[in-house]
Amino acid sequence: MSRPEEIAPPEIFYGDIEAKKYTANTRIQNIQSEMTDRALELLALGDDEAKFLLDIGCGSGLSGEILDEDGHYWVGVDVSPSMLEVAVEREVEGDLFLQDIGQGFGFRPGTFDGAISISVLQWLLNADSAAHSPAQRITRFFTTLHGCLRNPSRAVFQFYPSSDDQVHMLTTCAQRAGFGGGVVVDYPNSTKKRKMYLCLMVGHQEVPSGLTEGGMEVDDGSSSKVKNEKRRKARAMASKKMKGKKALGSVDKDWILKKKELYRQRKGVEQVPRDSKFTGRKRKTRF
Amino acid sequence: MVRLITHNMLTCHVKNCTKDNFPLVFENVELEVRPAEANLDFIKRFIPKLEWDALVQTARSIGEDSLPEQMPEDKATLESEEFLQKLHHVLMEIHVEEGQMKCRGCGHIYPISTGIPNMLLAEHEVGR
Ligand SMILES: C[S@@+](CC[C@H](N)C(=O)[O-])C[C@H]1O[C@@H](n2cnc3c(N)ncnc32)[C@H](O)[C@@H]1O
Ligand SMILES: [Zn+2]
Repeated sequence: MSRPEEIAPPEIFYGDIEAKKYTANTRIQNIQSEMTDRALELLALGDDEAKFLLDIGCGSGLSGEILDEDGHYWVGVDVSPSMLEVAVEREVEGDLFLQDIGQGFGFRPGTFDGAISISVLQWLLNADSAAHSPAQRITRFFTTLHGCLRNPSRAVFQFYPSSDDQVHMLTTCAQRAGFGGGVVVDYPNSTKKRKMYLCLMVGHQEVPSGLTEGGMEVDDGSSSKVKNEKRRKARAMASKKMKGKKALGSVDKDWILKKKELYRQRKGVEQVPRDSKFTGRKRKTRF
Repeated sequence: MVRLITHNMLTCHVKNCTKDNFPLVFENVELEVRPAEANLDFIKRFIPKLEWDALVQTARSIGEDSLPEQMPEDKATLESEEFLQKLHHVLMEIHVEEGQMKCRGCGHIYPISTGIPNMLLAEHEVGR
């Protein structure tokens, strides 16, 4: 089966019919809200204060609703008028903009306390026209995003890459735009539950440069974690499909990817082990 | 919906438009006022992010003149419930539903329909 992003541009793929179908599907609703919970956790906002957040590729508001639940204020941008129309019908709380993220943002410096993006980034990895390469669009996107995020803060993207090369391209562009951070993989050995998150950081002083490891760990002991835990449990109980007693224990892949890239550049690809589904097992998330 | 809190953070993003690109000027607007639960703590923390002149100017341009020309200097007034409530109303409860935003710098027009501004640019307007 082809991936949606290979079928048609997003504003065409998510037309009136698909936008309604997507939003009404309870399986999708559950998955999107679970991934949004996880993204919020990785955002590590720290306290229980309401924040001003950006939802990149907000669609019909399935991800934004989770931000509402936590009392945050948000701005959502999306390139599909049909998805936004559904969001308006559903009376989401965020301010909505029709915007192609590949064209960049005009928000003032330091506008947002953080950004999330759920199931969107893979769309940017495909060329939308002959005039623009994905790398160009991604660079424009990351640069202007970096510019409108507060220092320090984070942007967390759940996404579906189709190759290691794509992940490489994203991390390279992100670094060039000034971000630190890396990739986190949850449940790397489960075909069903495996999820990838690109966690980008603005202005953290302890971000390691190049080969040295160190820096800060994701604060998983935050109150949002506890809240998410509760919410997850509630959802798990509500969902009949979920089988009992599955521990959450996630395994994270981290900056290893970047280190491997550096090694590749220096030594040539052959000498570095290929990224496998085992990369990064049983390690803490480091940035 | 475009609230003034968001409008106050928004500049024109057309390529090479760096002068007079903020604030975008509302034109032919239709407004809707929707009461919203107030989080005055959030409002208080947001004050340092605001461009006050732009906010007052923009609010007045759409017929809302409850805000003082100068941001109150003393902390007591600034953090008083009365002032924060007023600010909450202006920032969070007024929604621009129809109309357009015009850039004073390059003249680009961002149309607003059913509360959603169209920020899409033509190919030649996209920055690098
Ligand atoms: C799978 S949906 C996810 C929507 C929402 N985040 C959620 O969790 O339900 C992907 C969304 O990305 C949007 N999208 C794709 N490419 C985009 C682009 N270049 N700019 C803005 N939005 C884009 C699509 O229009 C679509 O609404
Ligand atoms: Zn302009």
